[in-house]
Amino acid sequence: MTKYTPLVIVLVMAVYLFQGLFPSNIIDPPAVQEFGRLPVLSEGRIKPMDSVARSTLLVIQGRQRVKTQEPDGDEITPDQWILDVMFNPAKADTYQTFVVDNPDVLTLVGKTHDDLKITYRQGWKQLVATTGALSSERRRLSFNEIIPAIPQIEAQYKLAEPVAAQSRTPFQSGVVQLYGNLTRYLRIRRAVLPEGENDLLGDLLSLQDNLESGVDAVRAKEAGKPHDEAKAKQIVDEGQKFLAMSESTDLLLIPPSGSLNLNDWHNVGHALLESFGRGNINPAVLAYAGMAFAWQKGETEAFDHVVGLYTSGLQKHFGKEMGRASIETTFNRIEPFYGCMVIYGLAFALVLVSWLRWTEPAQKAAFGLVALGWVAATAGILTRMWLEGRPPVTNLYSSALFIGWGAVALCLVLEFIYRNAIGSLAAGVIGFCTLLIAHHLSLAGDTMEMMRAVLDSNFWLATHVVVVTTGYASTFLAGMLAIIYVVRGVFTRGLDRATADSLGKMVYGIVCFATLFSFVGTMLGGIWADQSWGRFWGWDPKENGALIIVIWNALILHARWGGLIRQRGLMCLAIFGNVVTSWSWFGTNMLGIGLHSYGFTEAAFWWLIAFVASQLVLIAVANMPLSRWKSFQAAG
Amino acid sequence: MTAFLVQLRALFVSLRLTVVLLALSIILVFWATLDQVHLGVWAVQQKFFHSIVVPVKFGDLMVPVFPGGYLIGGLLLINLICAHIYRFKLSWRKLGIWLTHIGVILLLVGELVSGLVQQDYEMTLNQGETKNYAESNRLDELAIIDATDPNYDEVVAIPESMIAKGEVVQNPKLPFRVVPKAYYPNSDAQMRSQAPGAPPSMATVGVGPMVAVTPTEVSYAEDAHNLPSAFIELVGPDGSLGTWLVSTLMPGNPQTFTYANRTWKLYLRPKRMYSAYSVTLEKFTHDIFPGTDIDRNFSSKVRLNIPGGGSREVLIYMNNPLRYAGLTYYQERFANNDQTSILEVVRNPSWLVPYISCVMIALGLVIQFLIHLVGFARRRRA
Repeated sequence: MTKYTPLVIVLVMAVYLFQGLFPSNIIDPPAVQEFGRLPVLSEGRIKPMDSVARSTLLVIQGRQRVKTQEPDGDEITPDQWILDVMFNPAKADTYQTFVVDNPDVLTLVGKTHDDLKITYRQGWKQLVATTGALSSERRRLSFNEIIPAIPQIEAQYKLAEPVAAQSRTPFQSGVVQLYGNLTRYLRIRRAVLPEGENDLLGDLLSLQDNLESGVDAVRAKEAGKPHDEAKAKQIVDEGQKFLAMSESTDLLLIPPSGSLNLNDWHNVGHALLESFGRGNINPAVLAYAGMAFAWQKGETEAFDHVVGLYTSGLQKHFGKEMGRASIETTFNRIEPFYGCMVIYGLAFALVLVSWLRWTEPAQKAAFGLVALGWVAATAGILTRMWLEGRPPVTNLYSSALFIGWGAVALCLVLEFIYRNAIGSLAAGVIGFCTLLIAHHLSLAGDTMEMMRAVLDSNFWLATHVVVVTTGYASTFLAGMLAIIYVVRGVFTRGLDRATADSLGKMVYGIVCFATLFSFVGTMLGGIWADQSWGRFWGWDPKENGALIIVIWNALILHARWGGLIRQRGLMCLAIFGNVVTSWSWFGTNMLGIGLHSYGFTEAAFWWLIAFVASQLVLIAVANMPLSRWKSFQAAG
Repeated sequence: MTAFLVQLRALFVSLRLTVVLLALSIILVFWATLDQVHLGVWAVQQKFFHSIVVPVKFGDLMVPVFPGGYLIGGLLLINLICAHIYRFKLSWRKLGIWLTHIGVILLLVGELVSGLVQQDYEMTLNQGETKNYAESNRLDELAIIDATDPNYDEVVAIPESMIAKGEVVQNPKLPFRVVPKAYYPNSDAQMRSQAPGAPPSMATVGVGPMVAVTPTEVSYAEDAHNLPSAFIELVGPDGSLGTWLVSTLMPGNPQTFTYANRTWKLYLRPKRMYSAYSVTLEKFTHDIFPGTDIDRNFSSKVRLNIPGGGSREVLIYMNNPLRYAGLTYYQERFANNDQTSILEVVRNPSWLVPYISCVMIALGLVIQFLIHLVGFARRRRA
């Protein structure tokens, strides 16, 4: 390794991080990209079509890329997928995009495991699949495969839905989830084209010509005057169709003309109903119908043209929104947090390498990577804040991002002071794990969702939530450092006196920091509660969880000041701090009660149990007699 | 001082006791959190925090198994105060610790006081309606009203707790005694015509004889509201006037009778807290995020009518309550298709205490840790 190796590693990873910006990595043709940037109002905010596509895909199939068929189908981008769903549903219905994991739900859909067997065309792949290294079964079904079972799914959904989320059986949750996914899909599928409609554009153009005379005919009919019955009937029929359309989607595609009020965005059906009053068809609806026509027929030039026309028309009133949507699309494509995760993982690996060989360059590179990851995470979080117009933490997902960010920041400080790679190691692990957790949380839907009324206060989000989350981050960091102490001490000879002492100081310092932040954060929460609910403290599960963290940190400090624990005891207590914090972060949400129970995830329950168990094992290991600690054997 | 007292003092001054108490409080809080799933938050507070010991049911026996909030909190207080009397010296270097600990003492005492004196009520207002009282959503009262004067009601309200204990009430404003004969903390009712097998009613007058009331299990669920019923006999100097059934199952419908040439009304209603001023709901607004059913905001524009003090308009919304005359009005819920706004009304004279103690503790911690940090930096530089 030369002097420049660390620098080269960091630079390579920096390039890796921003590869999404390189033109060679953009597969979509320009018009599809432009379509992906179109602003729509969905789930309460204006966002690009691309975000609708990605968050829907994450929810219904757990990943963003779409494989049309297993194993050898084409891979298409989220933007191409949403175009097909909206404008060419017959094709999209064949894409295997619905995850069905529960065996009973699979039976409900009328499939057996044999139906899901993957047959690889290449013989060697088939061979590998038998070993389990390649999947031998697919997890995802197409909409067409599910259609025949929809009545049964709906019936089971109605039975399962009234059951509270935390007391549902796996089958019930599976049914509720599948039903929800089908609904999400259909809402996009019906956003422009009504069910069974082939030629919306033709229909609308003919309506356009007859609109005035038709409306007159209906008026005359209502007034009991002579009228053209056929024309009146056409208008009434169309009206009923539009009404049905307006009720079958929540994707508000049609921007208001001359108003910036979010309440004036409408779906296509609603906008069409307005045609009768305004005497013509909303040009935005015609544009979407035109896009549908061109996309379905595969007329690329026409599609380019319509998208281009529509975009330039929007630019006049919605330039700001489009700029924002465009940045969000780029942000989606870069996936900065995914890149960070890889970088943190690499930093962790480099520290491990440094303990075997190339000590100095590997540690330098690890430090550089942690710094790079942190800078990228900072940029990512800032971008999210700008897009949302909110402080960094607004939901469970962003709390995971922020805990990782805060802990890594503290690690950078520690590493800057001590320069013994321990900060980089802890940063690598915590950064990686929190981003992994964030990734799994993102499977629940749009991560920039709207805030419920009671939480909608930027002042308190910026103070209470940020401070208390910093408290979580630092408690986790203390626990992580303690784990490094124990693992290195017990299983390696690497924990010399100096390292052990510096770890002791670090943990103590971080616990002090954690006490301050978790205390202040919790109390600010109490003050917020007093401001909005009339009580400072209500013994709500989340409040209790935060209180336990505060008391636990105070307990550690008092036990140490009282001489009840020494270095090793401090480490054990700090590891238990991980248990306490994870309980407050996730466990309290799983009780399904209280004012803060917003983000229940079932799979998370088992992960929490496993995590707690692992921490208890570590504490047990740490309590083995010192003669069995490899490091102290060497010393003694 | 005897050896025992010295030992006792050593115990109360020790950090060991602090650590044990902190550990116990963690267990208490954790256990209480889990128990909320079954008991609901209100019952949990009574069982775990507003108690000396936590009882657990073994068969029919309630056995105290764990120190409750008052005990742990009280011991912590003693521990802290003793430590400051005997262990800590007043010095600038200990300023952080002093501030923190005095803040903690204040916080504990403040929570104790607010647990004892805080009262919660609700004010349910329809659009345009004016009220000068708020109602409890947990406690009820038996109201006996002398309604002879059409312009003026003379009300005697008897708390539910007295009815539950079967206490006989004699009040100078009432020409009869009130004798509770039975009380069901939660109940269900049917028209007698639909329950042919029901046992005969204790009631002899009013609607009671036509209704069959059965006691049901008390619910502690967070959103459940128990519906108590009672049989009340009124006994005048010349003997019984009859026995009435009163129940919150029949809200807002007092039963009327005449006695001693006066018109009386009686009913069981949520406990009321009257105020000298009244509140009018002028407009309730409820916004949702477009394209979703997530609440964006709800707010009540109310008019505060102060006798002799004019009136003023106030907007109550999330995170922005109205504080007036020792009461605080919060936007809580809404009902009835956004036509009705429900305000929570809280009386908590000690509401300011946590604010003060938090500032003290935060400041104390910052000072303390800064002293540590400066020391650490100095040693590293050396």
